[in-house]
Amino acid sequence: MSNETNCAIGCADSEQALLDRVRQLLSSYKGQQGALIQALHTVQGVYGYLPLEVQRIVAEELDIPIAEVSGVTTFYSFFSDQPRGKHTIRICLGTACYVRGGVSIMDALQKQLGITVGNTTKDGMFTFEVARCIGACGLAPAMVIDTTIYPQVKPDDLAGIIESWYKKDEEEGV
Amino acid sequence: MSIYTLKLSTVKDLEELRQSFQESTTGYRHTVYVCGGAGCNSSNSDAIVQALKKAITLRGLAQEVRLVVTGCVGLCAQGPCMIVDPEGVFYGNLTPEKIKMIVDKHLIGGNVIREYCYQDTVTGEYIPYTKDLPFFSTQVKIALRNVGRIDYSSIEDYIGHDGYFALAKVLNEYGRERTIQEITDSGLRGRGGAGFPTGTKWKSGFDQPEGQKYIICNADEGDPGAFMDRSILEGDPHSIVEALLIGGYCIGANKGYVYVRAEYPLAVERLTEAIQQARDTGLLGEHILGSDFNFDIEIRIGAGAFVCGEETALINSIEGHRGEPRQKPPFPFQSGLWGCPTTINNVETLANVPAIINMGAEKYASYGVGRSKGTKVFALAGDLVNSGIIEIPMGIPLRDIIFKIGGGMKDGKAFKAVQTGGPSGGCLTQEHLDVSVDYESLTQAGAIMGSGGLIAMDENTCLVDTARYFVDFVKDESCGHCVPCRDGTTRMLELLEKITGGQGEMEDLDNLETLARTISQTAMCALGQTSPNPVLTTLKYFKDEYISHVRDKKCPAHVCTALFTYSIDSDKCRGCTLCARNCPVDAISGEKGQPHVIDASACIKCGTCKQNCRFDAIVLN
Amino acid sequence: MVELTINGKHVSAPDGSTVMEAAKLAGIDIPHLCHLPGIHTNGSCRICVVEIEGMKNLMASCIVKATNGMVVHTSTERVRLARKIIYDLLISNHPQDCTFCSRNQNCELQILGNTLGIQETHIKGKKTPARVDISPAIARNSAKCILCRRCVTVCHDVQGVGVIYAQNRGFNTVIAPATCAPLESTDCAMCGQCTLVCPTAALTETDGTEKVWNALTNPDKRVIVQVAPAVRAALGEDFHMPVGQPVTGKLATALHDLGFDDVFDTNFAADLTIMEEGTELLQRLKAALTGEGAVLPMITSCSPGWIKHCEHAFPGELDHLSTCKSPHTMMGAVIKSYYAEKLGVDPKDIYVVSVMPCTAKKYEIQRPEMQNGGNPNVDAVITTRELTRMIRTMGIDFPNLPDGKFDAPLGFSSGAADIFGVTGGVMEAALRTVYELVTGREMPGENLHLKPIMGLEKIKEASLTFENVKPEYSFLEGVTARIAVTSGLKNADVLMEQVKNGESPYHFIEVMGCPGGCINGGGQPRTLGHVADYRERRMQALYIEDEGKQIRKSHENPDIIALYENYLGEPCGHKSHELLHTTYTPRGKFDQ
Repeated sequence: MSNETNCAIGCADSEQALLDRVRQLLSSYKGQQGALIQALHTVQGVYGYLPLEVQRIVAEELDIPIAEVSGVTTFYSFFSDQPRGKHTIRICLGTACYVRGGVSIMDALQKQLGITVGNTTKDGMFTFEVARCIGACGLAPAMVIDTTIYPQVKPDDLAGIIESWYKKDEEEGV
Repeated sequence: MSIYTLKLSTVKDLEELRQSFQESTTGYRHTVYVCGGAGCNSSNSDAIVQALKKAITLRGLAQEVRLVVTGCVGLCAQGPCMIVDPEGVFYGNLTPEKIKMIVDKHLIGGNVIREYCYQDTVTGEYIPYTKDLPFFSTQVKIALRNVGRIDYSSIEDYIGHDGYFALAKVLNEYGRERTIQEITDSGLRGRGGAGFPTGTKWKSGFDQPEGQKYIICNADEGDPGAFMDRSILEGDPHSIVEALLIGGYCIGANKGYVYVRAEYPLAVERLTEAIQQARDTGLLGEHILGSDFNFDIEIRIGAGAFVCGEETALINSIEGHRGEPRQKPPFPFQSGLWGCPTTINNVETLANVPAIINMGAEKYASYGVGRSKGTKVFALAGDLVNSGIIEIPMGIPLRDIIFKIGGGMKDGKAFKAVQTGGPSGGCLTQEHLDVSVDYESLTQAGAIMGSGGLIAMDENTCLVDTARYFVDFVKDESCGHCVPCRDGTTRMLELLEKITGGQGEMEDLDNLETLARTISQTAMCALGQTSPNPVLTTLKYFKDEYISHVRDKKCPAHVCTALFTYSIDSDKCRGCTLCARNCPVDAISGEKGQPHVIDASACIKCGTCKQNCRFDAIVLN
Repeated sequence: MVELTINGKHVSAPDGSTVMEAAKLAGIDIPHLCHLPGIHTNGSCRICVVEIEGMKNLMASCIVKATNGMVVHTSTERVRLARKIIYDLLISNHPQDCTFCSRNQNCELQILGNTLGIQETHIKGKKTPARVDISPAIARNSAKCILCRRCVTVCHDVQGVGVIYAQNRGFNTVIAPATCAPLESTDCAMCGQCTLVCPTAALTETDGTEKVWNALTNPDKRVIVQVAPAVRAALGEDFHMPVGQPVTGKLATALHDLGFDDVFDTNFAADLTIMEEGTELLQRLKAALTGEGAVLPMITSCSPGWIKHCEHAFPGELDHLSTCKSPHTMMGAVIKSYYAEKLGVDPKDIYVVSVMPCTAKKYEIQRPEMQNGGNPNVDAVITTRELTRMIRTMGIDFPNLPDGKFDAPLGFSSGAADIFGVTGGVMEAALRTVYELVTGREMPGENLHLKPIMGLEKIKEASLTFENVKPEYSFLEGVTARIAVTSGLKNADVLMEQVKNGESPYHFIEVMGCPGGCINGGGQPRTLGHVADYRERRMQALYIEDEGKQIRKSHENPDIIALYENYLGEPCGHKSHELLHTTYTPRGKFDQ
């Protein structure tokens, strides 16, 4: 059955093919000093998130206790053991953005997406997070979707921005 | 391009390349520097570049106008922006339409379009030339020498601006000890915040027994409100490669790491490209520039943990562990990465190094004041007119940064406080505006130089809330290793939330202060020790504001929502329904044409109604 | 030497000493919590901070090295206030349930409050989300965890197992298995070393006393207790008796006083183990030397933590393990067969309690392999620490008890059995018997000891050559048996890697899961951190017991001889295999 489920990030690969790919990617980190965090980045990039079974593969391939793999995964905010949306929206609440009204953007976006911070929309499109300064302070308040920065965001802009991502995905057939 | 098959194996190769590059840039009537920094990038500077390219081709200007896409020009608030040389005209808030006009009128016609230039918010006057703009004219660019002036993706452009000549000088002329002496004499101190003398640090690395050593560039710029390092990595990545080469050579390391935070994908991309170029041309690898020196650089990407900016936590993170600090001593120069002697320098510190070697220690030390030599890069943000990246000689008064360079407060509001040094720093007030901006003076005033984040706050800012904000930040970012930081920051936050929530008691203020002092004296690492600074400085300089919250249950700046309500002045309200339509929680009701009413129990105090009301009918109580 | 001043006193301390160590030399005990000398120092609790002249902040004295000319103040007002606030912070995130906590009056956090003179607390606030996780052997209550991370150090660095680690960050940090899964679902060996170092009740043995009290009050049950060799070497410590003083006689009395119907000695089963394991070794050697082929080295199987670890870490090497059950389960099997028949009691009406220095044995008795005829070999395991609690509850004045005796017929043992409780002991006991069986002569060595395998070194080696053997052992003539002894799972891994790679030079390996053997088992009194040489002293206690006995070889134990004659037949015979031997289960690296 698992062979037929599609992967977490919605690509066509079967679950097993995806796990094989994870294992294959990890082989390049084998025996490499201190590779755990870089390996987790790579694996999360392919699998979308880091559930226990994926952490287990990392632990086996890198010969690190799984408790430590999990300890590292849960320490860093970029790693997630929960499924994530196709895209990640991060509202910046760095000082500059906070001072320039980042909270009102956050509130408005919660309403727009119908979810609270830290969660993923029902359709699996967006995971909504708060960032602690993305270094775009000159453009406060800012938000980022994946790697695209939106400067001087106003609550009224949000609907259009969200819509544009749905459109973009549709066009690209993702 | 040919360069990727070309090996730069001698100084002569470098010189030839510099000459050919410089020749290739002469003979143009104009050079246009379009800002491709992260800020302008997100304001779609790509479209500006495309519009320029199109117009240049269309008008047949390829031989007359040279287009350079650069790193951050600095004035982020005006992005997308560009500078046109030789006149030095600054154009901001560009659009593709404006570009067409600028090409026709300025690049072809020779007439500056003043109304596309910087407009003074007070006088309304347009100021076209950077030399007349205090934002630019007050600055001295050393660390940022190339940022905004060269094509970040071109090693030729870097070499054309004397890049890698400092390395050549060090390898062929100075040797290790003299180079270290030169850095020591320059007075350069760590720009990441601690201000430790760089020359001393390198000497300590040099003095460690021969064997495996490492040099690390700390590019985990995590202070909220700081983006100096980002602009250097994105705008002049080769300067970091060159500096790591020099530093590695001096201490005796053959391997360098750059630890970049994961939030900076563009910096990683550009730095990766620069490293690859250096490898392809032989500037990284074996027998660099014909010497016996071998060196390579690896990038390590963080994963979202502020504490990894602390050097021992950073080392743990590179080693693939949780980013928890290690107790010092031993210091990293004694036992760092994988137990080997390790020298760690911040991005801005390193960016100064090639410039110091090229200009000489004496020249560099001629900038600055007292024990704070040279320049410092700041990221200006907050309620300022001109937010962006600046570099100033140390010793100028804080006032100059806020009002001259920063252009004062936005929307004509009054200045209230400035926060330096991020969550580890402190808030300074009106009375500190004449403090000299240098390590010692800022520390004496109760703030710190920090890494260079500088956030100005206007009269609408609540300093109790600001302290709460920073403590919330450090609480989230505390690694959890030691008790004072792990439990202490949570308890400080709870006390501050109690106060901003209107439940504060006077004894909470004393408890808060005692707690804050204990944390700063006992926490294990610098993050923990400095985490109470925003509390301590606001308690010191804005005690009245705390007392208003606690005793009078009032937030003078109307920020702490538990301490005020909105209502509608029925005399002023015309019943236009604008407020009701915009209220995110439908807390406003009323018939069209009749005065409206706010349901206080439903109101979330977001202030949208007040912003929208055209009749000034929304009242704060 | 470094010269420094502490609280106005001049102190000379060896180079490399920490300020805390130097202060100790000056007779000053600096209060501390997370630091565990010799095992764990990470400076996380900050209780031991002191003022050092010339330094802006207070420094953790467990880490900062003493230097020449240093001037230290360990108890200024500033220091005392800082410690009180740090303590207040710790308590603000800790349950206030001392009176009904298993560590009450034995809790380092509680004692510290008294040391610091804490009279009241000021700091209040929410607590870190906590969970209780009870596995068959080890109970975790993260609410009581102060994140000193001693357990992490022990689990990773000492035992090399690494099933628990810090999870999450900051205020939400907890020590837990990966993704905070239950301990039972992991490759935890259940060795309990973590419970030995935990300063609070965050990690304890899973309580077995309730079951035992219930059995003792059940008139339909014949409740039989047995007690492992290492218990007698350490139990006295819980009653403030000198470390290293064996309390065998008082122990027997106390168990009678608690109301057990029979008080037997696991030592008896240790002698039985030697008969079985020694025979198994000879069988394997014979098969190997006569060309039949056999799996060597053979590895001891007395330590259930070791067994579980081996099943996870070396699932392909399980046929190296002796098939012998651990002594107390052998004992249970004998009680519920041989002794039950003797009594004429249905084994179902017998309740066997093992008092063990071990937490893993709590897990072991639940294994499906550890039963015969549908009856578990052992019904309950309590640790030495739990026995202490029962003795206290019963109001027994332990130090002043008269010496008693274990009951017949399963209470008599040879000296060889006593040393089962210390690393090297099983091997020495086995060789005393094997050598004599093979050659007809006593094993060479001063006072019947095999010197190279005594002591607390991580890995010990020896060899023994068989000469002038009896005719039936001619295959061993001139053969040098190579042996190795180790304790602690990390050290065992070193020897197991050799085994796995086919490079092991040994014939016979003894492994005990806990460093030093059962004397330092996870269920023993928490003397660690208080008495530096407690392991050496407990070891000595067992050698004293051994040397004080008339009979010092397992095969000379008359009750063992009787057991074989009357019931079992011969070692490794049919009945033995049914009752005394077992099988193993290959397990996944990170699975249950």
